[in-house]
Amino acid sequence: MARIIAGVASSHVPAIGAAIDNNQTEEPYWKRVFSGFEPSKEWMAKTKPDVAIVVYNDHASAFSVEIVPTFALGCAAEFPPADEGWGPRPVPVVKGHPELAAHIAQSVILDEFDLTVVNKMEVDHGLTVPMNLLFGSPKEWPCPVIPLAVNVVLYPPPTGHRCFMLGRAIRKAVESYPEDLRVVMFGTGGMSHQISGPRAGLINSKFDKAFLDNLTRNPKKLTRISHLEFMREAGAEGIEMVMWLIMRGALDDQVEETYRFYTVPASNTAVGHIILEPKRAARKPAAKPKRSSKVKRAAARRKIQVIRGQR
Amino acid sequence: MARQSQDYDDIPGTFVFDAERSREGYGINMFCMSLMKEENRKAFKANEAAYLKQFPLSDAQAEAILKRDYNRMLELGGNIYFTAKLGATDGHSFRHLAALMTGSTQEDYAAMMLAGGRSVEGNRSKSGKFDKPGKAKSRAAKAGKAQSKPKSVKAKSRKSKAKRGR
Repeated sequence: MARIIAGVASSHVPAIGAAIDNNQTEEPYWKRVFSGFEPSKEWMAKTKPDVAIVVYNDHASAFSVEIVPTFALGCAAEFPPADEGWGPRPVPVVKGHPELAAHIAQSVILDEFDLTVVNKMEVDHGLTVPMNLLFGSPKEWPCPVIPLAVNVVLYPPPTGHRCFMLGRAIRKAVESYPEDLRVVMFGTGGMSHQISGPRAGLINSKFDKAFLDNLTRNPKKLTRISHLEFMREAGAEGIEMVMWLIMRGALDDQVEETYRFYTVPASNTAVGHIILEPKRAARKPAAKPKRSSKVKRAAARRKIQVIRGQR
Repeated sequence: MARQSQDYDDIPGTFVFDAERSREGYGINMFCMSLMKEENRKAFKANEAAYLKQFPLSDAQAEAILKRDYNRMLELGGNIYFTAKLGATDGHSFRHLAALMTGSTQEDYAAMMLAGGRSVEGNRSKSGKFDKPGKAKSRAAKAGKAQSKPKSVKAKSRKSKAKRGR
């Protein structure tokens, strides 16, 4: 069966992408940011996931105000980088995993998460910047990616609790997929920042650090943060942090914090990053893909659904 | 119908892009979206007022766009990710827009960010209801001392509430 082997959260500041694209990563301002991700790149190179599910938000690139899906799952075979006004970022085309994506869509919709299936979509810096931070700048991305675009632009975004529960449902979906795939889940965006209006520039490191602490130890507490509190304490755009809770919901209740990095600022934003893995005891050895009773049950369920669908 | 008051209206210096603003600002955001195409950017630059005629904009919205009044655009339903495209069309960096919206210079804004950003102390609410973060902490903020470096936002309430030019 497939399983989620780790969760990664990272900010997705566009200026980080611009610094990479314009070869400014060695400049002192940017070196402070990029050096924080060096251990993460090493970790990722060792971890070698088979698939990454990247929770992110679109910034008026693929979705205008004409259609605003709350949760949109990328089920396509590939996702070209979007032109965000300066030409597309010079990063590889993101290859999807349509089979697993379709399986997740079917599973979570039947679990009452009414997400939108997207078969054609361009992806912007919200997705590609965290990919760069964790995978570097290779000629091809090392694994297929399933984008999950979340609306955090039009208020209200989904609640933190809803996001957490969607993470749970995605985990269930992944674990009922018969192929033996190792999946890493990304939550992106945040941390505290406001880029709009007279209060632009707001940063709240105390809030961010408490959020990181609780993300590891007590994520349920974070699911009770209201939208008002996110916006008041972490800035109007800091509300993006609900996306981290989708990632967290897909992990065990108890996790180990493998790595953490936090710095202020990158452009207008506090940069936060964390890697969470199952507790050592809970890490299963790479089991042979045998048809466990769970997989059999999942297959039986699928059969029933097919029959229902024929009516 | 006048805009309904919301709990988040209490956050100073912030125009939350909610469903009501999205409805009102559809024309602003679709105009901004059109600037993703080079030929549209050229047409807009050639005759701004005429170009705007093809979008459903109130007089107040068109005026805010022509004057590059970014806060007013947000107030009338524009969203920052969209209005940033207008800034890019003008060849302006985001820092330029941030300076405009916060009423500071680009240098001061950049210095504020480098020094850790705008503090949340004194910037939580117009009513002052939330200005005690944990508990003790903000006695200084109350006394107005915490505003020494990161500036607090002046709750600029515009006179234009009554008429929204629709």
